[in-house]
Amino acid sequence: MPDYETFQHDVLVIGSGGAGLRAAIEASAAGVSVGMVCKCLLGKAHTVMAEGGIAAALANVDDRDSWKVHFADTMRGGQYVNNWRMAELHAKEAPDRVRELEAWGAVFDRTKDGRILQRNFGGHKYPRLAHVGDRTGLEMIRTLQDHGVHQGIDVHMEICIVTLLKDGKRVIGAFGYDRERGRFKIYRAKAVVLATGGIGKAYKITSNSWDCTGDGHSLAYHAGAGLIDMEYIQFHPTGMVWPPSVRGMLVTEGVRGEGGILTNKDGKRFMFDFIPDNYKAQTADNEEEGWRYTQGDKNARRPPELLTRDHVARCIVREIKEGRGSPHGGVYLDIAWIKKKLSNAGEHIKRKLPSMYHQFKALGDIDITQEPMEVGPTTHYIMGGVQVDADTQMSDVPGLFAAGECAAGINGANRLGGNSLSDLVVFGKRAGEFAAKFAKENAHGEVDEAQIDGYAREALRPFENSAGENPYSVQRDLQEVMQHNVGIVRDEAEMLTALDHLKTFWERADRVGVIGHRDFNPGWHTALDLKNLLTVSEAVTRAALERKESRGAQFRDDYPDKDERFSKVSTIIRKAVDGSMEVQLEPLPEMPDYLKQIIEEMK
Amino acid sequence: MSAAIFRIWRGDAKGGAFEDYTTDVSEGMVVLDAVHEIQAKQANDLACRWNCKAGKCGSCSAEVNGMPKLMCMSRLSDLPLEKPVTIEPMKAFPIQKDLITDVSWNYRVKKKIRKFNPRPPDAADGTWRIAQEDIDRVQEFRKCIECFLCQDVCHVLRDHRKHDEFIGPRFLIYTAALEMHPLDTEDRLEELRKAHGIGYCNITKCCTKVCPENIQITDNGIIPLKERVVDDHYDPLGWIWKKLKR
Ligand SMILES: Cc1cc2nc3c(=O)[nH]c(=O)nc-3n(C[C@H](O)[C@H](O)[C@H](O)COP(=O)(O)OP(=O)(O)OC[C@H]3O[C@@H](n4cnc5c(N)ncnc54)[C@H](O)[C@@H]3O)c2cc1C
Ligand code: SF4
Ligand code: SF4
Ligand code: FES
Repeated sequence: MPDYETFQHDVLVIGSGGAGLRAAIEASAAGVSVGMVCKCLLGKAHTVMAEGGIAAALANVDDRDSWKVHFADTMRGGQYVNNWRMAELHAKEAPDRVRELEAWGAVFDRTKDGRILQRNFGGHKYPRLAHVGDRTGLEMIRTLQDHGVHQGIDVHMEICIVTLLKDGKRVIGAFGYDRERGRFKIYRAKAVVLATGGIGKAYKITSNSWDCTGDGHSLAYHAGAGLIDMEYIQFHPTGMVWPPSVRGMLVTEGVRGEGGILTNKDGKRFMFDFIPDNYKAQTADNEEEGWRYTQGDKNARRPPELLTRDHVARCIVREIKEGRGSPHGGVYLDIAWIKKKLSNAGEHIKRKLPSMYHQFKALGDIDITQEPMEVGPTTHYIMGGVQVDADTQMSDVPGLFAAGECAAGINGANRLGGNSLSDLVVFGKRAGEFAAKFAKENAHGEVDEAQIDGYAREALRPFENSAGENPYSVQRDLQEVMQHNVGIVRDEAEMLTALDHLKTFWERADRVGVIGHRDFNPGWHTALDLKNLLTVSEAVTRAALERKESRGAQFRDDYPDKDERFSKVSTIIRKAVDGSMEVQLEPLPEMPDYLKQIIEEMK
Repeated sequence: MSAAIFRIWRGDAKGGAFEDYTTDVSEGMVVLDAVHEIQAKQANDLACRWNCKAGKCGSCSAEVNGMPKLMCMSRLSDLPLEKPVTIEPMKAFPIQKDLITDVSWNYRVKKKIRKFNPRPPDAADGTWRIAQEDIDRVQEFRKCIECFLCQDVCHVLRDHRKHDEFIGPRFLIYTAALEMHPLDTEDRLEELRKAHGIGYCNITKCCTKVCPENIQITDNGIIPLKERVVDDHYDPLGWIWKKLKR
């Protein structure tokens, strides 16, 4: 065996977003040695892009808020197919996790009496999102990073993990390469935490950053873990649509939270046209009331623009499909109109939404204080992921933990805005804590050297094939197919076609070639990412085919309604013994009475 | 659609040269789009860093027509496309490959700065009370995306290579944010003056000019810090008194 550089840690965390950093900090605080690898530089993970805020029932702005209301909101938003225990822990623990960020140096916006300010967001009954202007993710990642570097965590930057290592049933480390030189590395660990984020890059139009290629989902699947809820992909209703180079870039929900409205080409405010029954009681029925809500009137109900993302995205698609869209295939999002209400509207918008103002000005030549934006849905977040135990975050593979976007359960069929950042710290902490505990109770496993040679040879194969197909072409075709065939509106025929395409993409991926050498070679990196993108794309498609109903983020044209038969099950994807992908339905855990009662009370 | 020429530096620590690539230009494109287009179709192994393509992560720093910029926020329509657009790596850090430099020095520097250390909580529930106007300045500094463009342009690092004696504008405002944080109790002035070399800065303001987050690095950060350092040095008791009174 060639000599691979080998590192040894008690706990290895893969990923340096909010979840990975929080897990590493916790594990380290528990007194075990911790290594953290990430394929980007520290402080640059996708979490840095989060804008609107972090949800926690601090009740600083509206004292009627409590963990119970947050829990009920999360379950309602998720269409009650969430893992109830995760939703409960999340609602209960989020406030402490936010306060802890403050103790570590985060500087949140303040209320008049000097406490952490909270803002309105879709699906949250009360103002609940702690925030820093519209750059909350940056604040969170920087706080965790700056705290974490003094905790004795060994950070390995720009390392890409290509496979998990196992000893029998247990995960005992990971194998990857450094991007700078292309040298292989072995990371031995008693417990591994996956915190690799999302899968947005499987789609053509996405708000996600480069790293979101579904690596953790794929690593876990190939190591034998189950992936649940993969059909639920959140298409954020408002992404930029013009110019083409920024298509998909996020326009924060905060714009609607501050009073922004959605209109079609006829100037009609179409969101009032259809309000789902389970939200009727808490949604405004006139424009005036909606405006008052955004301005903090506690007696007003929220405007329909702030309904859940799945619903708003579908309404936008309907307007576009029926010919009432904007010139570049979106609809209008208008915040400039508030000048009718506020004398200093221009300044107000710039202060509340500085990055949005800057983003449109710099990239779209649009002044949002003066004219409406054009927006349309963009692939944003995956609710599905590694199935984990709610309390410990361990998967069904011993020693393998997952937290953050790559884990599943808390969000059910649809995530509420702001619930991801809170998920990252609540469950990142838990994953770190229980991974450390597992590490203390178990010894290092044995690395199978012959297997590692096999992985290395496999990873280097594209170099032997320099005349092979360009990996970027396969990636582009895959993104195109997922966008068109497994997008917001789905049906069986299109998804079966997608599966056929995926089969040929797997074959093409097998024959790609790269030019140049191993030093920082993006062509090679793209070739290696293909396996992950293909694995998650296939999982999403198979899960979506299996759920023959429409619920939350999954909308099927051929089964447009909810179906009772699917109301108490998750889809679960596993690798079968013959290597093929298997999908099954698994019953959801039964919710205890005290939680059912909370949901009843909050109806 | 028209075409433009991109003159991109290709090479590694041992040396390299500019190479010309021609690619189509469409409405709204930024420099990073052109680099990606070239990477996908003509030079798969062309190395560049990027993550968000939205000006938020600070990964894609490079020098475009000689100006330190985020590639993802540089519109082609703002550049003279009748001439080749040159793209090259930052100069203040060692080259790794093509447009990528080794910025690890920045991470080492940050680790040396004393961490945030808050006063005991104000309220029984473990929380603090802070007025918004007391954190406006700190929040301005915390907008920093660590693109290191200010470090790249600062002559103390770029030309004089004082990396061992000077922490650079990024970490001066990082220190300023800690020093001005209403909850922080640590005193970093002595180390600023000695180990962190604040005296090397002669207020040329080049750093402020290139900051993509428009942070007033010099006026709001470095100058007040310099004043504090001077006060502290000549009148340490007075400074402590001021800090307590704040
Ligand atoms: C524009 C935008 C705005 C958003 N705004 C909000 C908001 O306001 N509120 C909210 O709650 N949520 C928001 N979200 C969602 C939220 O930001 C993400 O869900 C969350 O940041 C995911 O964090 P994470 O820690 O799970 O993973 P990420 O932050 O995605 O980090 C993944 C890490 O894993 C590493 N990695 C991946 N694969 C590998 C590999 N193979 N080997 C080694 N390392 C690897 C990456 O390098 C990275 O460090 C937003 C999302 C977007 C796109
Ligand atoms: S103002 Fe100071 S820190 Fe900024 S570039 Fe000039 S010398 Fe460097
Ligand atoms: S201060 Fe500005 S230029 Fe310097 S690293 Fe931060 S964002 Fe970049
Ligand atoms: S890619 Fe993130 S700032 Fe340019």
